[in-house]
This record gives sequence, C-alpha cells and structure tokens, in this order.
Amino acid sequence: MDFRLSEEQEAIRQMALDFARDELAPHAIDWDQQKHFPVDTLRGAAALGMAGIYVRDDVGGTGLTRLDAAIIIEALATGCPAVASFVSIHNMCAGMIDRYGTDEQRQRLLPKLLTMEVLASYCLTEPGSGSDAAALKTKAVKDGDSYVLTGQKQFISGAGESGLYVIMARTGEEGPKGISTFVIEKDAPGLTFGANEKKMGWHVQPTRAVMLDGVRVPAENRLGAEGDGFKIAMGGLDGGRLNIAAASLGGAQTAFEKALAYVQERRAFGKAIGEFQALQFRLADMATDLEIARTFLWRAASALDAGDAEATKLCAMAKRFVTDRCFAVANDALQLHGGYGYLADYGVEKIVRDLRVHQILEGTNEIMRLIVARSIIGRK
Amino acid sequence: MHIVVCIKQVPDSAQIRVHPVTNTIMRQGVPTIINPYDLFALEEALKVRDHHGGEVTVLTMGPPMAEEALRKALTYGADRAILLTDRHFAGSDTLATSFALSQAISQIGNSFDTPDIVFTGKQTIDGDTAQVGPGIAKRLNLVQLTYVAKITSIDLSARAITVERRSEGGTHVLKSELPCLITMLEGTTVIRRGSLDDALRAARSEIVKWNAAEAGIEDITKCGLRGSPTVVKRVFAPTPREQKAVQIDTTEKRVHDIANELVASIFTHQPALQHELSSAGSA
Ligand SMILES: Cc1cc2nc3c(=O)[nH]c(=O)nc-3n(C[C@H](O)[C@H](O)[C@H](O)COP(=O)(O)OP(=O)(O)OC[C@H]3O[C@@H](n4cnc5c(N)ncnc54)[C@H](O)[C@@H]3O)c2cc1C
Ligand SMILES: Cc1cc2nc3c(=O)[nH]c(=O)nc-3n(C[C@H](O)[C@H](O)[C@H](O)COP(=O)(O)OP(=O)(O)OC[C@H]3O[C@@H](n4cnc5c(N)ncnc54)[C@H](O)[C@@H]3O)c2cc1C
Repeated sequence: MDFRLSEEQEAIRQMALDFARDELAPHAIDWDQQKHFPVDTLRGAAALGMAGIYVRDDVGGTGLTRLDAAIIIEALATGCPAVASFVSIHNMCAGMIDRYGTDEQRQRLLPKLLTMEVLASYCLTEPGSGSDAAALKTKAVKDGDSYVLTGQKQFISGAGESGLYVIMARTGEEGPKGISTFVIEKDAPGLTFGANEKKMGWHVQPTRAVMLDGVRVPAENRLGAEGDGFKIAMGGLDGGRLNIAAASLGGAQTAFEKALAYVQERRAFGKAIGEFQALQFRLADMATDLEIARTFLWRAASALDAGDAEATKLCAMAKRFVTDRCFAVANDALQLHGGYGYLADYGVEKIVRDLRVHQILEGTNEIMRLIVARSIIGRK
Repeated sequence: MHIVVCIKQVPDSAQIRVHPVTNTIMRQGVPTIINPYDLFALEEALKVRDHHGGEVTVLTMGPPMAEEALRKALTYGADRAILLTDRHFAGSDTLATSFALSQAISQIGNSFDTPDIVFTGKQTIDGDTAQVGPGIAKRLNLVQLTYVAKITSIDLSARAITVERRSEGGTHVLKSELPCLITMLEGTTVIRRGSLDDALRAARSEIVKWNAAEAGIEDITKCGLRGSPTVVKRVFAPTPREQKAVQIDTTEKRVHDIANELVASIFTHQPALQHELSSAGSA
C-alpha cells in the first residue's frame, strides 16, 4: 500500500492549487461580502477541464476518477470552499448525464456544460422533504411524447443562474421506486424561481426555490428509465458527498494555515501566542485531524472508484467525519485569532460560515449515520 | 515551425533573505520557480506555435531537480522538454552556460528539427547578467533581437519576423529574417494557465536527459568550472546611500526658478561639467 499521490495526481493538485491561489483566494472575501456569484471565474475553471471532471473524453470531458475529483475540489476550496462546492454540484450533474444519459443526450447536453456556458443545478429537496428525499411530491405526468411536471423544489444551489436543472419527480408509486429524473432547460414555460435565500454562508452562490407549474418536458429529456430516478439521484450523491467533504478539507486547511501564521505574529504576555503550549497542542490536534480526514477521504474515494460494495457506507462515513472535523478545525482557527477572527477581513469567519452548511446538505450528518448504521446493523 | 525556449530554474527571489552577518544569500528552503522572463518567452513561443503550427521545445541546463521546471513548462503546453545535466556543467558562468546551451541547441536541430526561433529571457533574477541570450546567438550565428516586448508578425513564406523592441525613450520596430534569437522582456502577454489535460500530459511525459556527450559536446574544458573564467569574489547586500532624495515643493516657486537653482547646485558639485557645456555652447 502506498499513500502517496501519483505524479499525475500531484500535477492536477498543483494546477488546481495555483488556480485557487491566483483566481479565487484574492477575491473570496469580497465575493462573499458582495454576494457575487463569479460565473466568469467558473468559466475560467471550466476552460481548464474542471467542469467535466468525470465526464468521458469522447464529448470533451476530462475522464478522471472520484479520487482525482476529491483532490481537485480540496485544492479549489483552499481558495474558496463555496465556489469549490458549486464546481462540485455542477460536476455531479454533468457526471449523472454522462453516466445515465443516452449517447444522444450526452452529445446534446454535455458540451455546453463542459464550458460552463450553461451551469447545472441538482434538484432533489422539496419544502416538505429533505432527509426523507424519497417522499418527494413533485409530479411528472406522461402526456403523449412528453411529461408535465408540477411541484416545488427547495434550497436549489445555483437556481435562477443555472441553465440546466436535473430534477427528480414522481412518475409512479409512492417511495423511491416511483421517481424519475428529468433534465429541464431554464427557459421552459412554467419554470420559475423564488427569491435568493438569505443565509449564513455560501454567499457566493445563489440558493432559490424552483417552481414547476405544468412544465412540459419532452420524453427525450428523461434521464435513465422511468422509476430509476432515485437510484440515479443517489448515484450522483456518493461522489457529491466526497466532494463536499473535500471542500470542507480545503477550507479548513486554509483556516489552519492562517492560524498557524497568526499565532507566530500575535503577541501577548510578552511573547508570541504560538509559544503557549496550550495553543501549540491545539495546532497539533488540528494538523492531525486534517491528516486523518484527508487520508480517510482518499480511502473512501478509492473504494468508490474501485466499485467496492462498501463504497456507499465509506462515502457516508467520510462525509460525516470530514465535514464535522473540518468545521471544528476552522472554528478553532477562528478562536486562535481572538477578536480578529470574528472580523471579515481575516477570512476565517467566512470559512467557518461556509463549512457549516456542509454538515447539513447532500444528506445531513445524521442521515450519514443512518446510512452507516443500516449498512453495519442491517435495515430494520 | 520549431521553437526552442531556454528556461532557467531560479530561487523565488521574493522569498530570498540575505544573511545579516555573513551577507551571503540564504537559499535553503527557498522554493524554486521558472525565471519569470523565461515564462514570458515561453508564452510568446506557445502563441506563435498555436498560430503557425509546429512544436515548442523547452531546454534547461541544471541539476537533476531542474526537471521540475521543465515539467511545469510542459503543463503550460510545451511539446518537448530537454534537461541538460552532467556534473561537468557544475559551476558554469555565462560563457560556459552559453557554450553548453548552444551546443545542445545544435543537437536539438540534429535530433528533431532545426529551430526557427530560439527564445531566452532578457535576464535571470538570480545571476542577472543578461549575457546568455546574446552568447548563444553569437555561437549559433543567429540574428539577435534583444529586449523584445512583443512579436508583431511572422511571415513564414518570406521567413521574416517583425518585433517590438523596448529601449530607452521609445520602441524600435525591427524586421528580421528567420532563424533568429529573441531575448524576451516581461511583455504585454498574460501567461496562460495549463488545463487538467496539460497537467496530466506533463506528468506522463518523458523528459529527455542529455549529458555533455549526448548534447554533442566534445570539448569538456569549455564546460563548468573549467570553462568559466569568471570569479565571483564577494556577494553582498549594498548598504543604502547616505544621500536621500530631496522633495521640492512647487507650489511656492515657479518651475523655471527651481530648474535654475538645480542646475546651479549641480555645477557647484561638478565645475568641469559647467565648463564643458559652456564651451560646447559657444562652439
Ligand atoms: C445552502 C443550501 C444549499 C442546498 N443546495 C441543495 C441543492 O442544490 N439541491 C438539493 O436538492 N438540495 C439542496 N439543499 C437541501 C439540503 O440537502 C437539505 O436541507 C438537507 O438534505 C436536509 O433536509 P431538510 O432541510 O429538509 O431537513 P430535515 O430533513 O427536515 O431534517 C431536520 C433535522 O432532522 C434530522 N433528521 C431527519 N431525519 C432523521 C432521522 N431519520 N434520524 C435522525 N435525524 C433525522 C436532520 O438530520 C436534521 O438535523 C441545500 C440546502 C442548503 C441549506
Ligand atoms: C549571486 C550570483 C552571482 C553570479 N554572478 C555571475 C557573474 O558575475 N558572472 C557570471 O558569468 N556568472 C555569474 N553567476 C552565475 C550565473 O548564474 C550562471 O552563469 C548562469 O548560468 C547564467 O547567467 P545568468 O543567470 O545571469 O543568465 P542571464 O544571461 O541573465 O539569462 C538570460 C537567459 O538565458 C537563459 N538561461 C540562462 N541560464 C540558463 C540555463 N542554465 N539553462 C537554460 N537557459 C538559461 C534564460 O532564458 C535566461 O532568461 C552568478 C550567480 C549567482 C547566483
């Protein structure tokens, strides 16, 4: 067993780190304060191959693995975790189309996603169903060669700005088996958006409700077979969860580095605060947590790439552990900054706010425990 | 079209410190980068290639770890990388460096394709001499275009190139034949960013490694320390000058009076100058 990155992985990591350092980090605080969604910068990332990380190369994708994606997202998140997370969501949608779409759908939809000329949003959550996603109520009724969709999606990242919506809707019975997946373009009549939600973090990307009022979708925009929608939605999520964890890791790494630099400069009681052993031990624990989080994230990603039967469990474990630990590390980094950590200019409170939601979305950390428990105890 | 770009791996001068007591440069732990001017040269070369077709070969002479700089150059999109490395090259000054590089460039011509343009940076940020580019041009008998800020056009059928050369007080527009050697300024170009595909290709690429013999060098005495007459006697951080710049308040006085006063004060320090100027005026 060799825990080192390959030369190729090291190269893509370095490339994404450079991008984060030059194109994201210098603007992250401003964008957060202005609530600016940096679409041009996202397109810049797309031009470098970061919008179709696991899309096959016949349509121009980069054709990398989940482990590679986790490495890239972590690196991007060192510049801004919330931008990295949007890159992840977009990639999740592109990956679903690549994996479950027909050749015609792939050729038609993917090229514009790969340039991010068109952004993609993932629409599963509804006002009445989040954790219990399989209870979703949005209806898709077959009518000749098309489906008519009616319902509402809640908390949709990128909504209003995205051009393409991957929507889970009910075509049949109650429960997971009655769900299908559709791809809807922004200008479809009957598709409207709620107000941009006011939220704690993730200010650089909009979050809106998506309303569907008799939206007509041609059958060729159904992804996969009727009734396969929940499976498709969850298939996207395993990798999505790894990426959300990776985004936490990159954010926490930056917060840690800021704290490490700060304690060597800030003086109290006649010395640099970094000379107090209590703080040194705290830093030692933070560094250890980051290493453990990273090592385990890579393990889960490798399992998913290998098609390991345990992959879903490992991804849930990783999402829960990494997002929890990394939030704690970022919060500790804020604490080590004292009052200055609470000010926007230092960039640490932003990371804390951004990382907080990673414990909630793409399956709450309670739901991650549910998945792990089910897989070790069995479904009751 | 075949373009060779010479790049040098240098310590990131932004992170270099001079030892306060010994006055020597502290290089330990300082990350290395590609000499910034060489990156502009590379970018210009890649643009020419993208427009006219062909290949870009990057070449460096250095220790085995200089491979890192070459891989980085490949991530920007260079097609081939050659590392000139041999213990015989250690301690090279600009004379020996230009010799070794020019031999290697001839060998590149033999092994792959004769270069139409050889690029170097204007100068490095560590050695700072700006001699290597011209040294190569002389040895390879190439037209040299130095301090180039921009390539305005290339006419492949006429084998002609037009460039803008920055000089004191203006810009020269020069037209020359190909092949030629260009030493590149910081330029007006934004340096591109390699894509994920470029990064992967760079990681997978073989770096061609040549020792002196493989680079076609027969006379080893012209290489390395033996081929380097330069002796660096001392390296030190200059002490700041005592004299400080004077700020002149122009709100009170007329500019004409200020100018007269200034000239007068210069003449008190340099009486010979006053004499020279007045005799030149009367002549
Ligand atoms: C900023 C932001 C962006 C988002 N982006 C998207 C997006 O792009 N697409 C999308 O589809 N969704 C998105 N979401 C929605 C997100 O995935 C849901 O909020 C999340 O799944 C939780 O659902 P809920 O809010 O309905 O909480 P609920 O499901 O109501 O949960 C409330 C609490 O109960 C706990 N709980 C629920 N069931 C159990 C159980 N069985 N055992 C123990 N505890 C339980 C939960 O863990 C939680 O603590 C986003 C949310 C936010 C805040
Ligand atoms: C502090 C210090 C002082 C030095 N002083 C002297 C000195 O006074 N005289 C002297 O002869 N040497 C000196 N050297 C050694 C000098 O660094 C080397 O001779 C070097 O190989 C070439 O000189 P340069 O760095 O000045 O290059 P320059 O002539 O400034 O470089 C111009 C261009 O030539 C190309 N180039 C230069 N070196 C290489 C290379 N190894 N591989 C590929 N392309 C290259 C690059 O494109 C570069 O942009 C000094 C070195 C140091 C660190």
